[in-house]
Amino acid sequence: MANKISVTVNGTTHTGEVEGRVLLVDYLREHLSLTGTHIGCDTSSCGACTVHVDGKAIKSCTMLAAQADGASVTTVEGLSSNGELHPIQEGFKEEHGLQCGFCTPGMMMTATDLLKNNADPSEQEIREALEGNFCRCTGYHNIVKSIQYAAKKMATTA
Amino acid sequence: MIPTSFEYKNAGSVADAIGMLGDDGQILGGGQSLIPALKLRLNSPGVLVDISKVDAIKGISDNEKSITVGGGATHASIASNADLDSAAPMLVQAAREIGDIQVRNRGTIGGSIAHADPAADWPAVLLASDANVMIQNKDGKRTVDIDQFFKGFYETALEEGEVITGISIPKSGFNKNSAYAKFKQPASRFAIVGCAAAVDIDGGVVKEARVAMTGVSECAYRVTAVEKALVGKALTAENIEAAVGDVTEGRDVMSDHYASEKYRTHLASVYAKRALKKLL
Ligand SMILES: Cc1cc2nc3c(=O)[nH]c(=O)nc-3n(C[C@H](O)[C@H](O)[C@H](O)COP(=O)(O)OP(=O)(O)OC[C@H]3O[C@@H](n4cnc5c(N)ncnc54)[C@H](O)[C@@H]3O)c2cc1C
Ligand code: FES
Ligand code: FES
Repeated sequence: MANKISVTVNGTTHTGEVEGRVLLVDYLREHLSLTGTHIGCDTSSCGACTVHVDGKAIKSCTMLAAQADGASVTTVEGLSSNGELHPIQEGFKEEHGLQCGFCTPGMMMTATDLLKNNADPSEQEIREALEGNFCRCTGYHNIVKSIQYAAKKMATTA
Repeated sequence: MIPTSFEYKNAGSVADAIGMLGDDGQILGGGQSLIPALKLRLNSPGVLVDISKVDAIKGISDNEKSITVGGGATHASIASNADLDSAAPMLVQAAREIGDIQVRNRGTIGGSIAHADPAADWPAVLLASDANVMIQNKDGKRTVDIDQFFKGFYETALEEGEVITGISIPKSGFNKNSAYAKFKQPASRFAIVGCAAAVDIDGGVVKEARVAMTGVSECAYRVTAVEKALVGKALTAENIEAAVGDVTEGRDVMSDHYASEKYRTHLASVYAKRALKKLL
Protein backbone atom coordinates (compact mmCIF):
# COMPACT_ATOMS: atom_id res chain seq x y z
CA MET A 1 0.00 0.00 0.00
CA ALA A 2 2.92 2.31 -0.61
CA ASN A 3 2.38 5.65 -2.31
CA LYS A 4 4.91 7.16 -4.68
CA ILE A 5 5.64 10.73 -3.68
CA SER A 6 7.82 13.52 -4.90
CA VAL A 7 8.39 16.35 -2.43
CA THR A 8 10.68 19.35 -2.68
CA VAL A 9 12.23 19.98 0.72
CA ASN A 10 14.39 23.08 1.20
CA GLY A 11 14.86 23.23 -2.55
CA THR A 12 15.85 19.58 -3.11
CA THR A 13 13.34 17.21 -4.72
CA HIS A 14 13.03 13.82 -3.07
CA THR A 15 11.15 10.94 -4.65
CA GLY A 16 10.27 7.82 -2.77
CA GLU A 17 7.58 5.54 -1.47
CA VAL A 18 5.68 5.98 1.77
CA GLU A 19 2.96 4.01 3.48
CA GLY A 20 -0.31 5.96 3.71
CA ARG A 21 -0.09 6.35 7.48
CA VAL A 22 3.36 7.98 7.53
CA LEU A 23 3.07 11.49 8.96
CA LEU A 24 4.93 14.31 7.23
CA VAL A 25 6.99 14.89 10.39
CA ASP A 26 8.15 11.26 10.41
CA TYR A 27 8.96 11.43 6.71
CA LEU A 28 11.15 14.50 7.32
CA ARG A 29 12.87 13.09 10.40
CA GLU A 30 13.14 9.37 9.62
CA HIS A 31 13.26 9.21 5.83
CA LEU A 32 15.17 12.42 5.08
CA SER A 33 17.08 12.65 8.39
CA LEU A 34 16.02 16.27 8.82
CA THR A 35 15.71 16.16 12.60
CA GLY A 36 15.41 19.91 13.13
CA THR A 37 11.64 19.52 13.05
CA HIS A 38 10.58 18.28 16.50
CA ILE A 39 7.72 16.21 17.87
CA GLY A 40 6.46 17.54 21.18
CA CYS A 41 3.02 16.03 21.57
CA ASP A 42 0.59 13.48 20.23
CA THR A 43 -2.40 15.79 20.06
CA SER A 44 -1.65 18.46 17.43
CA SER A 45 -1.27 21.04 20.19
CA CYS A 46 2.35 22.07 20.70
CA GLY A 47 3.53 23.34 17.29
CA ALA A 48 7.11 22.00 17.69
CA CYS A 49 6.61 20.22 14.34
CA THR A 50 5.66 23.37 12.39
CA VAL A 51 7.02 23.56 8.82
CA HIS A 52 5.89 25.45 5.73
CA VAL A 53 4.02 23.60 2.99
CA ASP A 54 3.69 25.69 -0.16
CA GLY A 55 4.60 28.72 1.92
CA LYS A 56 2.11 28.20 4.76
CA ALA A 57 2.83 27.18 8.35
CA ILE A 58 1.26 23.82 9.21
CA LYS A 59 1.74 21.15 11.87
CA SER A 60 3.66 18.37 10.14
CA CYS A 61 2.39 15.86 12.71
CA THR A 62 -1.13 16.57 11.44
CA MET A 63 -0.57 15.99 7.75
CA LEU A 64 0.29 12.78 5.92
CA ALA A 65 3.52 12.58 3.93
CA ALA A 66 1.43 11.33 0.99
CA GLN A 67 -0.52 14.61 1.10
CA ALA A 68 2.71 16.53 0.50
CA ASP A 69 3.21 14.85 -2.89
CA GLY A 70 4.03 17.63 -5.35
CA ALA A 71 4.41 20.23 -2.61
CA SER A 72 7.28 22.45 -1.63
CA VAL A 73 8.27 22.10 2.04
CA THR A 74 10.53 24.37 4.08
CA THR A 75 11.89 23.18 7.42
CA VAL A 76 14.06 25.01 9.94
CA GLU A 77 17.12 23.63 8.11
CA GLY A 78 16.02 25.64 5.07
CA LEU A 79 15.90 29.05 6.79
CA SER A 80 19.53 30.11 6.48
CA SER A 81 21.05 30.72 3.10
CA ASN A 82 24.69 30.74 1.98
CA GLY A 83 25.80 30.17 5.54
CA GLU A 84 24.05 33.32 6.76
CA LEU A 85 21.49 33.16 9.49
CA HIS A 86 17.92 34.14 8.62
CA PRO A 87 16.87 37.30 10.54
CA ILE A 88 14.58 35.19 12.72
CA GLN A 89 17.50 32.92 13.68
CA GLU A 90 19.62 35.96 14.41
CA GLY A 91 16.76 37.38 16.50
CA PHE A 92 16.53 34.25 18.67
CA LYS A 93 20.31 34.37 19.17
CA GLU A 94 20.52 38.08 19.97
CA GLU A 95 17.43 38.26 22.20
CA HIS A 96 17.96 34.93 24.02
CA GLY A 97 14.73 33.57 22.55
CA LEU A 98 15.45 30.03 23.67
CA GLN A 99 16.43 28.06 26.72
CA CYS A 100 16.24 24.31 26.07
CA GLY A 101 15.54 24.99 22.39
CA PHE A 102 12.97 22.27 21.91
CA CYS A 103 10.18 24.61 20.77
CA THR A 104 12.50 26.87 18.76
CA PRO A 105 12.27 25.36 15.26
CA GLY A 106 8.46 25.49 15.39
CA MET A 107 8.50 29.00 16.85
CA MET A 108 10.72 30.23 14.02
CA MET A 109 8.60 28.62 11.31
CA THR A 110 5.38 30.14 12.70
CA ALA A 111 7.11 33.51 13.12
CA THR A 112 8.30 33.58 9.51
CA ASP A 113 4.75 32.80 8.31
CA LEU A 114 3.49 35.71 10.45
CA LEU A 115 6.15 38.12 9.16
CA LYS A 116 5.37 37.22 5.57
CA ASN A 117 1.72 38.27 6.03
CA ASN A 118 2.33 41.09 8.49
CA ALA A 119 5.74 42.74 8.23
CA ASP A 120 5.22 44.98 11.24
CA PRO A 121 3.17 43.08 13.83
CA SER A 122 2.24 44.54 17.20
CA GLU A 123 3.21 42.66 20.36
CA GLN A 124 -0.41 41.50 20.68
CA GLU A 125 -0.40 40.21 17.09
CA ILE A 126 2.84 38.30 17.73
CA ARG A 127 1.42 36.72 20.86
CA GLU A 128 -1.77 35.73 19.03
CA ALA A 129 0.24 34.23 16.17
CA LEU A 130 2.06 32.01 18.67
CA GLU A 131 -1.22 30.54 19.93
CA GLY A 132 -0.33 27.15 18.44
CA ASN A 133 3.27 27.01 19.70
CA PHE A 134 4.02 26.05 23.29
CA CYS A 135 7.20 26.90 25.15
CA ARG A 136 7.84 25.34 28.54
CA CYS A 137 10.93 27.40 29.36
CA THR A 138 11.01 31.04 28.37
CA GLY A 139 7.61 32.41 29.34
CA TYR A 140 7.45 33.69 25.74
CA HIS A 141 8.84 37.11 26.65
CA ASN A 142 12.13 36.78 24.78
CA ILE A 143 10.47 34.89 21.94
CA VAL A 144 8.33 37.96 21.30
CA LYS A 145 11.46 40.15 21.42
CA SER A 146 13.25 37.83 18.98
CA ILE A 147 10.40 38.16 16.50
CA GLN A 148 10.35 41.94 16.91
CA TYR A 149 14.11 41.92 16.24
CA ALA A 150 13.57 39.93 13.04
CA ALA A 151 10.74 42.22 11.88
CA LYS A 152 12.98 45.26 12.32
CA LYS A 153 15.93 43.63 10.61
CA MET A 154 13.81 42.45 7.68
CA ALA A 155 12.34 45.95 7.27
CA THR A 156 15.78 47.54 7.03
CA THR A 157 17.26 44.97 4.66
CA ALA A 158 14.18 44.65 2.42
CA MET B 1 1.08 7.03 18.31
CA ILE B 2 1.22 5.85 14.70
CA PRO B 3 -2.18 5.41 13.03
CA THR B 4 -3.30 1.91 12.09
CA SER B 5 -2.55 0.95 8.51
CA PHE B 6 -4.85 2.27 5.77
CA GLU B 7 -4.80 2.80 2.05
CA TYR B 8 -4.35 6.43 1.00
CA LYS B 9 -6.11 7.64 -2.14
CA ASN B 10 -5.79 11.12 -3.58
CA ALA B 11 -9.04 12.24 -5.24
CA GLY B 12 -8.93 14.45 -8.31
CA SER B 13 -12.57 15.51 -8.06
CA VAL B 14 -15.58 15.07 -5.77
CA ALA B 15 -17.06 12.38 -8.07
CA ASP B 16 -13.70 10.64 -8.01
CA ALA B 17 -13.69 10.74 -4.18
CA ILE B 18 -17.21 9.29 -3.91
CA GLY B 19 -16.21 6.45 -6.22
CA MET B 20 -13.08 5.70 -4.17
CA LEU B 21 -14.86 5.46 -0.80
CA GLY B 22 -16.14 1.88 -1.07
CA ASP B 23 -17.39 0.15 2.12
CA ASP B 24 -14.54 1.05 4.40
CA GLY B 25 -13.52 4.49 3.19
CA GLN B 26 -13.47 7.85 4.92
CA ILE B 27 -13.01 11.35 3.53
CA LEU B 28 -9.89 13.24 4.61
CA GLY B 29 -10.39 17.02 4.47
CA GLY B 30 -7.95 19.29 6.27
CA GLY B 31 -7.15 16.44 8.64
CA GLN B 32 -7.19 18.71 11.71
CA SER B 33 -9.76 16.57 13.51
CA LEU B 34 -9.34 13.26 11.71
CA ILE B 35 -5.54 12.87 11.85
CA PRO B 36 -5.40 13.45 15.65
CA ALA B 37 -8.18 10.83 15.98
CA LEU B 38 -6.24 8.38 13.76
CA LYS B 39 -3.13 8.91 15.88
CA LEU B 40 -5.06 8.12 19.04
CA ARG B 41 -6.48 5.11 17.18
CA LEU B 42 -10.01 6.31 17.93
CA ASN B 43 -10.64 5.79 14.24
CA SER B 44 -9.26 3.13 11.88
CA PRO B 45 -10.67 3.38 8.35
CA GLY B 46 -9.46 0.94 5.67
CA VAL B 47 -9.22 3.65 3.04
CA LEU B 48 -8.64 7.39 3.40
CA VAL B 49 -9.82 9.43 0.45
CA ASP B 50 -8.04 12.79 0.40
CA ILE B 51 -10.08 15.71 -0.98
CA SER B 52 -7.66 18.40 0.20
CA LYS B 53 -6.36 18.91 -3.34
CA VAL B 54 -9.77 19.19 -5.04
CA ASP B 55 -9.56 22.84 -6.08
CA ALA B 56 -13.18 22.95 -7.29
CA ILE B 57 -14.47 22.94 -3.67
CA LYS B 58 -11.89 25.27 -2.14
CA GLY B 59 -13.05 28.64 -3.45
CA ILE B 60 -15.40 31.32 -2.15
CA SER B 61 -17.67 32.78 -4.83
CA ASP B 62 -19.86 35.82 -4.64
CA ASN B 63 -23.19 35.27 -6.42
CA GLU B 64 -26.03 37.72 -6.72
CA LYS B 65 -28.13 36.54 -3.78
CA SER B 66 -25.65 34.43 -1.83
CA ILE B 67 -22.03 33.65 -1.22
CA THR B 68 -20.93 30.06 -1.77
CA VAL B 69 -18.11 28.88 0.45
CA GLY B 70 -16.52 25.67 -0.86
CA GLY B 71 -16.68 22.68 1.48
CA GLY B 72 -12.90 22.52 1.20
CA ALA B 73 -12.32 26.24 1.91
CA THR B 74 -9.83 26.60 4.76
CA HIS B 75 -10.55 28.60 7.89
CA ALA B 76 -7.64 30.88 6.85
CA SER B 77 -9.14 31.61 3.43
CA ILE B 78 -12.47 32.54 5.05
CA ALA B 79 -10.71 34.71 7.65
CA SER B 80 -9.20 36.87 4.89
CA ASN B 81 -12.20 37.04 2.52
CA ALA B 82 -13.40 40.60 1.91
CA ASP B 83 -16.77 39.62 0.33
CA LEU B 84 -17.72 37.60 3.41
CA ASP B 85 -16.47 40.34 5.70
CA SER B 86 -19.06 42.69 4.26
CA ALA B 87 -21.93 40.21 3.61
CA ALA B 88 -21.64 38.15 6.82
CA PRO B 89 -18.94 39.44 9.17
CA MET B 90 -19.61 36.77 11.81
CA LEU B 91 -18.06 34.16 9.48
CA VAL B 92 -14.82 36.11 9.27
CA GLN B 93 -14.80 36.80 13.02
CA ALA B 94 -15.29 33.12 13.82
CA ALA B 95 -12.69 31.94 11.28
CA ARG B 96 -10.04 34.24 12.77
CA GLU B 97 -10.53 32.71 16.21
CA ILE B 98 -10.37 29.03 15.30
CA GLY B 99 -7.40 27.22 16.83
CA ASP B 100 -4.13 28.70 15.63
CA ILE B 101 -2.48 29.76 12.34
CA GLN B 102 -1.37 26.21 11.54
CA VAL B 103 -4.84 24.71 12.12
CA ARG B 104 -6.50 27.51 10.13
CA ASN B 105 -4.14 26.92 7.20
CA ARG B 106 -5.36 23.32 6.78
CA GLY B 107 -8.71 22.86 8.53
CA THR B 108 -11.85 23.33 6.42
CA ILE B 109 -15.42 24.50 7.02
CA GLY B 110 -16.88 21.35 5.41
CA GLY B 111 -14.72 19.14 7.62
CA SER B 112 -15.79 21.05 10.70
CA ILE B 113 -19.54 20.67 10.15
CA ALA B 114 -19.20 17.04 8.99
CA HIS B 115 -17.34 16.34 12.24
CA ALA B 116 -19.88 18.33 14.33
CA ASP B 117 -17.81 18.68 17.48
CA PRO B 118 -20.15 20.10 20.16
CA ALA B 119 -17.58 22.85 20.85
CA ALA B 120 -16.89 23.81 17.22
CA ASP B 121 -17.50 27.36 16.05
CA TRP B 122 -18.95 26.85 12.55
CA PRO B 123 -22.17 25.09 13.61
CA ALA B 124 -23.44 28.13 15.57
CA VAL B 125 -22.35 30.60 12.91
CA LEU B 126 -23.97 28.65 10.08
CA LEU B 127 -27.23 28.18 12.04
CA ALA B 128 -27.41 31.93 12.60
CA SER B 129 -26.65 32.60 8.93
CA ASP B 130 -29.55 30.44 7.60
CA ALA B 131 -27.07 28.55 5.42
CA ASN B 132 -27.75 25.69 3.03
CA VAL B 133 -25.37 22.74 2.97
CA MET B 134 -24.62 21.46 -0.53
CA ILE B 135 -23.96 17.74 -0.64
CA GLN B 136 -22.93 15.32 -3.37
CA ASN B 137 -23.34 11.53 -3.39
CA LYS B 138 -23.18 8.79 -6.01
CA ASP B 139 -26.74 9.54 -7.19
CA GLY B 140 -26.31 13.29 -7.56
CA LYS B 141 -26.62 16.39 -5.45
CA ARG B 142 -28.85 17.49 -2.59
CA THR B 143 -29.16 20.49 -0.35
CA VAL B 144 -29.89 20.42 3.38
CA ASP B 145 -31.25 23.41 5.28
CA ILE B 146 -28.82 24.10 8.14
CA ASP B 147 -31.75 23.91 10.61
CA GLN B 148 -32.05 20.21 9.66
CA PHE B 149 -28.32 19.46 9.58
CA PHE B 150 -27.10 19.04 13.18
CA LYS B 151 -28.74 16.02 14.79
CA GLY B 152 -26.81 15.43 18.02
CA PHE B 153 -23.43 14.61 19.54
CA TYR B 154 -21.08 14.35 16.49
CA GLU B 155 -24.19 13.49 14.50
CA THR B 156 -25.43 15.18 11.32
CA ALA B 157 -27.76 14.67 8.36
CA LEU B 158 -24.76 13.60 6.26
CA GLU B 159 -25.09 10.01 5.04
CA GLU B 160 -22.40 7.44 4.27
CA GLY B 161 -20.68 8.13 0.97
CA GLU B 162 -21.52 11.84 0.89
CA VAL B 163 -19.27 14.86 0.49
CA ILE B 164 -20.04 18.44 1.51
CA THR B 165 -19.19 20.46 -1.59
CA GLY B 166 -20.27 23.89 -0.41
CA ILE B 167 -22.16 26.06 2.01
CA SER B 168 -24.42 28.75 0.65
CA ILE B 169 -24.77 31.89 2.79
CA PRO B 170 -27.69 34.16 1.85
CA LYS B 171 -26.90 37.83 1.35
CA SER B 172 -29.51 39.01 3.81
CA GLY B 173 -30.06 41.97 6.09
CA PHE B 174 -29.42 39.82 9.16
CA ASN B 175 -26.15 38.38 7.83
CA LYS B 176 -24.85 41.83 6.99
CA ASN B 177 -25.38 42.82 10.61
CA SER B 178 -23.92 39.81 12.43
CA ALA B 179 -21.31 38.99 15.08
CA TYR B 180 -19.70 36.06 16.88
CA ALA B 181 -18.49 35.97 20.49
CA LYS B 182 -16.89 33.04 22.27
CA PHE B 183 -15.34 32.08 25.57
CA LYS B 184 -12.30 30.06 24.56
CA GLN B 185 -10.76 26.97 25.97
CA PRO B 186 -7.33 28.52 26.63
CA ALA B 187 -5.22 25.77 25.03
CA SER B 188 -7.18 24.70 21.93
CA ARG B 189 -9.40 27.79 21.53
CA PHE B 190 -12.48 25.60 21.01
CA ALA B 191 -15.63 27.27 22.35
CA ILE B 192 -16.50 26.58 25.97
CA VAL B 193 -19.50 28.62 24.88
CA GLY B 194 -19.96 30.56 21.65
CA CYS B 195 -22.82 32.65 20.31
CA ALA B 196 -23.51 33.84 16.77
CA ALA B 197 -26.07 36.62 16.36
CA ALA B 198 -27.54 38.05 13.17
CA VAL B 199 -30.10 40.85 13.33
CA ASP B 200 -31.93 42.66 10.52
CA ILE B 201 -32.97 46.15 11.51
CA ASP B 202 -35.59 48.03 9.52
CA GLY B 203 -37.09 51.40 10.39
CA GLY B 204 -35.28 51.40 13.73
CA VAL B 205 -36.69 48.08 14.93
CA VAL B 206 -35.62 44.44 14.66
CA LYS B 207 -37.31 42.80 11.69
CA GLU B 208 -35.66 39.40 11.94
CA ALA B 209 -33.13 37.86 14.32
CA ARG B 210 -31.21 34.58 14.35
CA VAL B 211 -29.23 33.63 17.44
CA ALA B 212 -27.37 30.32 17.85
CA MET B 213 -25.20 28.75 20.55
CA THR B 214 -22.36 26.24 20.50
CA GLY B 215 -20.29 24.55 23.20
CA VAL B 216 -23.28 24.36 25.52
CA SER B 217 -24.93 21.10 24.71
CA GLU B 218 -24.62 17.98 22.51
CA CYS B 219 -24.80 20.11 19.36
CA ALA B 220 -25.29 23.72 18.31
CA TYR B 221 -28.84 25.11 18.42
CA ARG B 222 -30.88 28.27 17.85
CA VAL B 223 -32.41 30.18 20.74
CA THR B 224 -35.80 31.02 19.25
CA ALA B 225 -37.08 32.58 22.48
CA VAL B 226 -34.45 35.30 22.24
CA GLU B 227 -35.03 35.76 18.51
CA LYS B 228 -38.78 36.29 19.09
CA ALA B 229 -38.25 38.60 22.05
CA LEU B 230 -36.08 40.92 19.95
CA VAL B 231 -38.43 41.29 16.97
CA GLY B 232 -40.37 44.55 16.77
CA LYS B 233 -38.16 46.35 19.28
CA ALA B 234 -35.23 48.69 18.89
CA LEU B 235 -31.86 46.97 19.34
CA THR B 236 -30.64 48.61 22.54
CA ALA B 237 -28.59 47.35 25.48
CA GLU B 238 -31.73 47.37 27.67
CA ASN B 239 -33.77 45.38 25.15
CA ILE B 240 -30.93 42.87 24.74
CA GLU B 241 -30.72 42.42 28.53
CA ALA B 242 -34.48 41.89 28.65
CA ALA B 243 -34.58 39.46 25.71
CA VAL B 244 -31.74 37.19 26.83
CA GLY B 245 -32.98 34.99 29.63
CA ASP B 246 -31.78 31.44 30.20
CA VAL B 247 -30.51 30.52 26.73
CA THR B 248 -30.02 26.87 27.75
CA GLU B 249 -33.67 26.13 28.52
CA GLY B 250 -34.67 22.63 27.41
CA ARG B 251 -31.01 21.68 26.75
CA ASP B 252 -28.82 19.15 28.49
CA VAL B 253 -25.97 21.46 29.49
CA MET B 254 -22.49 19.85 29.35
CA SER B 255 -20.31 19.72 32.42
CA ASP B 256 -16.57 19.07 32.18
CA HIS B 257 -13.28 20.14 33.74
CA TYR B 258 -13.38 23.45 31.83
CA ALA B 259 -16.81 24.51 33.04
CA SER B 260 -19.44 23.03 35.31
CA GLU B 261 -23.07 22.90 34.18
CA LYS B 262 -23.90 25.92 36.35
CA TYR B 263 -20.95 27.99 35.13
CA ARG B 264 -21.59 27.08 31.49
CA THR B 265 -25.27 28.05 31.81
CA HIS B 266 -24.18 31.42 33.18
CA LEU B 267 -21.54 31.89 30.45
CA ALA B 268 -24.09 31.07 27.74
CA SER B 269 -26.28 34.07 28.66
CA VAL B 270 -23.25 36.33 29.06
CA TYR B 271 -21.93 35.44 25.59
CA ALA B 272 -25.37 35.68 23.96
CA LYS B 273 -25.57 39.25 25.27
CA ARG B 274 -21.99 39.99 24.17
CA ALA B 275 -22.61 38.79 20.62
CA LEU B 276 -25.79 40.88 20.36
CA LYS B 277 -24.15 43.94 21.90
CA LYS B 278 -21.41 43.80 19.28
CA LEU B 279 -24.20 44.87 16.89
CA LEU B 280 -25.06 48.06 18.77
C1 LIG C 1 -5.11 22.39 17.99
C2 LIG C 1 -6.47 22.47 17.36
C3 LIG C 1 -7.32 23.51 17.71
C4 LIG C 1 -8.61 23.61 17.16
N1 LIG C 1 -9.40 24.65 17.55
C5 LIG C 1 -10.65 24.76 17.04
C6 LIG C 1 -11.51 25.85 17.40
O1 LIG C 1 -11.13 26.76 18.15
N2 LIG C 1 -12.76 25.87 16.88
C7 LIG C 1 -13.21 24.92 16.01
O2 LIG C 1 -14.34 25.00 15.57
N3 LIG C 1 -12.41 23.90 15.62
C8 LIG C 1 -11.15 23.80 16.11
N4 LIG C 1 -10.34 22.76 15.70
C9 LIG C 1 -10.86 21.77 14.72
C10 LIG C 1 -10.61 22.27 13.30
O3 LIG C 1 -11.45 23.37 13.02
C11 LIG C 1 -10.81 21.21 12.20
O4 LIG C 1 -10.28 21.79 11.03
C12 LIG C 1 -12.22 20.79 11.89
O5 LIG C 1 -12.88 20.34 13.04
C13 LIG C 1 -12.25 19.63 10.89
O6 LIG C 1 -12.02 20.07 9.58
P1 LIG C 1 -10.97 19.33 8.67
O7 LIG C 1 -11.08 19.92 7.32
O8 LIG C 1 -9.65 19.41 9.32
O9 LIG C 1 -11.56 17.86 8.61
P2 LIG C 1 -10.91 16.42 8.82
O10 LIG C 1 -10.18 16.36 10.10
O11 LIG C 1 -10.19 16.03 7.59
O12 LIG C 1 -12.25 15.55 8.90
C14 LIG C 1 -13.14 15.61 9.99
C15 LIG C 1 -14.36 14.73 9.67
O13 LIG C 1 -15.13 15.30 8.61
C16 LIG C 1 -15.18 14.45 7.46
N5 LIG C 1 -15.04 15.34 6.31
C17 LIG C 1 -14.02 16.24 6.07
N6 LIG C 1 -14.31 17.01 5.00
C18 LIG C 1 -15.52 16.59 4.53
C19 LIG C 1 -16.35 17.00 3.44
N7 LIG C 1 -16.03 18.02 2.62
N8 LIG C 1 -17.52 16.33 3.25
C20 LIG C 1 -17.89 15.33 4.07
N9 LIG C 1 -17.17 14.90 5.11
C21 LIG C 1 -15.99 15.53 5.35
C22 LIG C 1 -14.06 13.45 7.66
O14 LIG C 1 -14.37 12.22 7.06
C23 LIG C 1 -14.00 13.35 9.18
O15 LIG C 1 -14.99 12.47 9.64
C24 LIG C 1 -9.05 22.64 16.22
C25 LIG C 1 -8.20 21.59 15.84
C26 LIG C 1 -6.92 21.50 16.41
C27 LIG C 1 -6.00 20.38 15.98
S1 FES D 1 4.14 17.53 17.56
FE1 FES D 1 2.88 18.49 16.10
S2 FES D 1 1.69 19.81 17.31
FE2 FES D 1 2.89 18.77 18.81
S1 FES E 1 12.93 26.94 25.01
FE1 FES E 1 12.44 25.10 26.04
S2 FES E 1 10.43 24.73 25.32
FE2 FES E 1 10.82 26.66 24.53
